[in-house]
Amino acid sequence: MLLKILQILVFNIIFLSTIYLAFKKAKQIYSNIQLGKAMKKDGSTNERIKNVLLIAFGQQKMFQNILPAILHFCIYVAFIITQIELIEIFIDGAIGSHRLLYHTFDDNHIFHFLYVGTISFIEILSVLAFIATIAFLSRRNLLKLPRFTKPELKGWPTKDANLILLFEIYLIACIFSMNIADQAMHIQEHGEGYGFLISGMIAPALSHLSYTLLHVWERIGWWGHIIGVFGFMLYLPHSKHLHILLAFPNTYFAKLTPKGQLSNLEAVTKEIKIMMNPDTAFAAPTEADATPVKFGAKDVFDLNQKHLLDAYTCTECGRCTSACPANQTGKKLSPRKIMMDTRDRLEEVGKNIQANGGQFVDDQKSLLSYITVEELRACTTCNACVQECPVLINPLDIIMELRRHLILEESNSPEEWNGMFSNIENNSAPWQFSQQDRLKWEEN
Amino acid sequence: MEKIKTVAEMAANGETPEILFWVGCAGSFDARAIKITRAFTKILQHLNINFAVLGKEEGCTGDPAKRAGNEFAYQMAAHTNIEILNAYEIKKIVTTCPHCFNILKNEYPELGGQYEVVHHATYLQELIDAGKIKIQGGGSFKGKRITFHDSCYLGRANDIYEAPREVLAILDAELVEMKKSKKNGMCCGAGGAQMFKEDEPGDARINAVRTEQALEVNPDIIAAACPFCMTMLSDGVTAKDKQKEVRVFDLAELIAHGQGLDSIL
Ligand code: SF4
Ligand code: SF4
Repeated sequence: MLLKILQILVFNIIFLSTIYLAFKKAKQIYSNIQLGKAMKKDGSTNERIKNVLLIAFGQQKMFQNILPAILHFCIYVAFIITQIELIEIFIDGAIGSHRLLYHTFDDNHIFHFLYVGTISFIEILSVLAFIATIAFLSRRNLLKLPRFTKPELKGWPTKDANLILLFEIYLIACIFSMNIADQAMHIQEHGEGYGFLISGMIAPALSHLSYTLLHVWERIGWWGHIIGVFGFMLYLPHSKHLHILLAFPNTYFAKLTPKGQLSNLEAVTKEIKIMMNPDTAFAAPTEADATPVKFGAKDVFDLNQKHLLDAYTCTECGRCTSACPANQTGKKLSPRKIMMDTRDRLEEVGKNIQANGGQFVDDQKSLLSYITVEELRACTTCNACVQECPVLINPLDIIMELRRHLILEESNSPEEWNGMFSNIENNSAPWQFSQQDRLKWEEN
Repeated sequence: MEKIKTVAEMAANGETPEILFWVGCAGSFDARAIKITRAFTKILQHLNINFAVLGKEEGCTGDPAKRAGNEFAYQMAAHTNIEILNAYEIKKIVTTCPHCFNILKNEYPELGGQYEVVHHATYLQELIDAGKIKIQGGGSFKGKRITFHDSCYLGRANDIYEAPREVLAILDAELVEMKKSKKNGMCCGAGGAQMFKEDEPGDARINAVRTEQALEVNPDIIAAACPFCMTMLSDGVTAKDKQKEVRVFDLAELIAHGQGLDSIL
């Protein structure tokens, strides 16, 4: 009895502190994203919902490559469906019951059938997820796929990826220990197990073990699992695995206009209008003009909220980078690194704000301390990265904002580009040809 | 080639063209791209299509400036162009350049330039579908292998993958796809204003890699639908010293040849 109360106590303490910490972190991520400028939402809500269903839920983009897609899907479905079992586990933990749902409806055969069916289904998925996890671990560590060995993955990102896979195995092991031992106990008490498909096949072989041993085993599995889940909740915000949550809003907010369409820089449109209008061109600046306009982005504050949500959503899978023509030809540019840098800088800014009582204190750094000009210059704006991303991230948009800053705010541009700009301005062609000669092609 | 009308000349007679052929800077000045411009013009003239060009009144759309990050130079160029296009009440624009196509179609509207914009791949396909372009006997491409290189600004940027292929399908050639094509097609390396500067340090040139991918399928002809891809791929083929065996042509040139309006083979 004492042990039971102790368990309830421990569970609730861990549970509440986890929820508290997870909420705190979630709030922080939310306010970090809010540091960006408001995003423009175009297109219809229906189309956005369709994207969420197809691309986030249905993982449509993963299915470009069928085998990894299926494996990933197994892990994903196992994860989702396990949440059903988790509800019961949470209640059991909070009030000290044991398989509360099963026993509440003790005489209801239909309910028991559904219950056993669900758990069996979870077990099958768990086995599939286990196979998938092993496959992914070997793909990363034995096959060494090029996109998993790029420089931006050195250190933490590689550890993160492996850790989460090992963690998956740990969770599956806990679930099975719990179910097997529990059923072996059930056999001793009632002559038969619950009837869970996979653990049910193994349990009879263990039913000769002492009840106490089985009970301890079951508790280890149960506690191991639940502590794992809590750990996961706290670990998630620091990991690339945040995508399991953020893929949903991210696909919802993804742009619906053609990929080739870059945003219009309104600030420039305004300036040009003023310039073109003789009444305003030479007028004294009004108050509204007093706030200096910034063109493009130098730091995370200048990006929009979708860019920042993108950064948190990135799974670091590197599909973008392996499709990037610049990266394939040995240039420094890697669209994945653009996303990872944006997230790292955003986290840094968030911590800075927290440490300084809600105010950002200049740290002499910016996003451009992470991303070099050389990287930005190499982009061909080909949209291959955008096309590839399974969760509708747009690295090109961030690259473009940074490029705008370099040119418009720092006049940082290669000589040849300066020539091209002045040609466009002076003779309406990127080369030094006279506009008067634009019909010369007719003469041959 | 008959004399080409300019919109200004037509306006002087109180006419507006049904279609404005937007030639683009490459199409106006680049020696290789001029051939594409001429081939496409011949097709239009042959079909008696009511079209005109802006001629001296056309200016760069601003695409390379915008992609380089110089929104200012872009919007200045766009404003000038939009003023002219709107003054002439242009409704429909056809262009042989995917970069002009993309920017006119997608980015000019926000600055007040709303037109129906069509790339010549789509336009040719529509003419074929309407039965206006017929190629007798397939146009002497018998036994030739053609592979089509997707331009990023036509393909991924605007999801146009089938039109150019349907255009090529009326030639009696064998169409072969590169390993990376359509959505997965690799860039030629010119976009994003790369055309106008040296490459960043790396271990290969993008056009060289893309050309190798094309040569892998042993084509006689690499078909393109963009004057910049044309430059990149032609350079790539020449760098491999294959220019005798493998030729790079634009869709318009292939169709003009098939119709006996041009002789390229
Ligand atoms: S758009 Fe730029 S970053 Fe993205 S794949 Fe193309 S070259 Fe690479
Ligand atoms: S941006 Fe998308 S494709 Fe690239 S690493 Fe992140 S999740 Fe993968």
